[in-house]
Amino acid sequence: MKSVTVIGACLAGLYAARALRAQGYDGRLTLVGDEPHLPYDRPPLSKEFLTDPATADGSADPAGEAPLALTDAEEIAGLDAEWLLGTRATRLDTRHRAVHLDTGRVLTTDGIVLATGAAPRRLPGPAPAGSYTLRTLDDAGALRADLARGPARVVVIGGGFIGAEVAASCTALGHQVTVVEAAPLPLVPQLGEKMAELCARLHGDHGVALLTGTGVRELRADGDGRVTAVELTDGRLLTADIVVTGIGVRPATDWLAGSGLPLADGVRCDAGCTTPIPAIVAVGDVAQVAGARAEHWTSATEQAATAVHNLLAGRTVRTHRALPYFWSDQYGVRIQFAGHRAPGDVPRIVEGSPDDRSFLARYERDGRTSAVLALNRPRPFMRLRRELARPSHATTG
Amino acid sequence: MIPVCHLADLPAGESVRLDTAPPIAVFNADGELYAIDDTCTHQDASLADGWLEGCLVECPLHAASFDLRTGAPVCLPARRPVRTHPVTVEDGMVYVHLTAEEGTAA
Ligand SMILES: Cc1cc2nc3c(=O)[nH]c(=O)nc-3n(C[C@H](O)[C@H](O)[C@H](O)COP(=O)(O)OP(=O)(O)OC[C@H]3O[C@@H](n4cnc5c(N)ncnc54)[C@H](O)[C@@H]3O)c2cc1C
Ligand code: FES
Repeated sequence: MKSVTVIGACLAGLYAARALRAQGYDGRLTLVGDEPHLPYDRPPLSKEFLTDPATADGSADPAGEAPLALTDAEEIAGLDAEWLLGTRATRLDTRHRAVHLDTGRVLTTDGIVLATGAAPRRLPGPAPAGSYTLRTLDDAGALRADLARGPARVVVIGGGFIGAEVAASCTALGHQVTVVEAAPLPLVPQLGEKMAELCARLHGDHGVALLTGTGVRELRADGDGRVTAVELTDGRLLTADIVVTGIGVRPATDWLAGSGLPLADGVRCDAGCTTPIPAIVAVGDVAQVAGARAEHWTSATEQAATAVHNLLAGRTVRTHRALPYFWSDQYGVRIQFAGHRAPGDVPRIVEGSPDDRSFLARYERDGRTSAVLALNRPRPFMRLRRELARPSHATTG
Repeated sequence: MIPVCHLADLPAGESVRLDTAPPIAVFNADGELYAIDDTCTHQDASLADGWLEGCLVECPLHAASFDLRTGAPVCLPARRPVRTHPVTVEDGMVYVHLTAEEGTAA
């Protein structure tokens, strides 16, 4: 293999580039990314990035800020790649392994790594000024600048991890926050009812109103096109100066339509991150690996080494078997989760207490631990996570 | 010189965190004592909560691993070292000797 193109120049794309070089690939390497920034870390965008006064003036190029930048000049030089930033891939011609770019250029290479991540779902209808989604550094920079204008009534639509983190960050900044969640309880699909309930309590602890079981009909705006209120499907009207929508993401596969690659909730790959065309692999949020798509930092980084190994081998010789893991920081509480929880698994608190917002819970299925959840218990969590990751525990490939 | 705890209270495989500014983590790695700055240089996690394996401690958040002898990260995502501090034991008490803050390096 003499030339490889990586589409999507962020977390998974960078880790794929690193893995290529680490695995001895010395051919031509091109990274295409539609954002103007070098790879940066997204998780802080809903957390420290919004609340840290040191970064709040928004003047410096935030990607240059040490906590966000995923790489530096020295590594970039070592990777010896061509970076096409601010450039969008618009079409993939699988037959010729050609990637068409919005600049008109066409890149034809031996291997292709798809790492285009995911894009936020949006509410139907127009998005007035003062309403935000949060995926990119530019999204977060704009929201941060708006939040810095003074105390505001913030409505967060969606009570998932991103929504909860934004609500916590806005509360820490002194804003008045309401979270609207369509389901009867947020985070149930991820954590199950009992543990989701314990996490949802964090909102109330910090004076954040959580309205559940109601959707959003539309955002109201004033004559200048600035948001003024959120109209709920139950008819209620919530006054709002700022609205943040966090209602999930869609894998960024639109540009792959017509490519012939199987696309159903992500690029479908085998357990080795390989598509039906062995010279094309997919990693990160855009990849549906062996039937499951993860939207987590750790999966994006771990898949890269496997995918690249198989790309260079020309077929799947290694599969990705890591244990799913994610964390979230809300209201000063660190939530960590690992494993394969299935509906019906019974969570049991084995350490600490929900009243202290510090506990460790095992999810059990047929007498075995399927997953583990911790609030502010990093040490025992880590021990259990490692235990679960041992091969004897693996439940799926 | 900062007193940490009795040696007997820091058995092999254990760690303690000192609420200094910045906080420091002291480890007993199979009988050898080490002290490093507690906060992972990647983001915000306490290395005293990490996983100790030989002379390496793995961060509990994203699994960067640091060499306790040098403070250097041995794998990503951390890219910068943590400061190390000398540790001594006198009359059964463990002490950390603060290494001076280096220049202006952030
Ligand atoms: C605010 C926020 C907080 C998060 N917090 C956590 C957390 O606490 N814990 C956790 O585990 N995970 C968290 N995540 C999820 C984690 O950040 C993602 O799982 C991870 O970024 C996925 O990496 P990726 O490289 O697959 O996708 P991305 O990081 O989205 O990178 C994909 C890149 O491809 C670019 N791209 C898309 N389409 C094209 C195209 N056609 N041409 C060129 N480029 C394109 C995108 O613009 C983007 O730069 C968070 C995410 C967000 C947004
Ligand atoms: S905070 Fe330690 S590895 Fe990320």
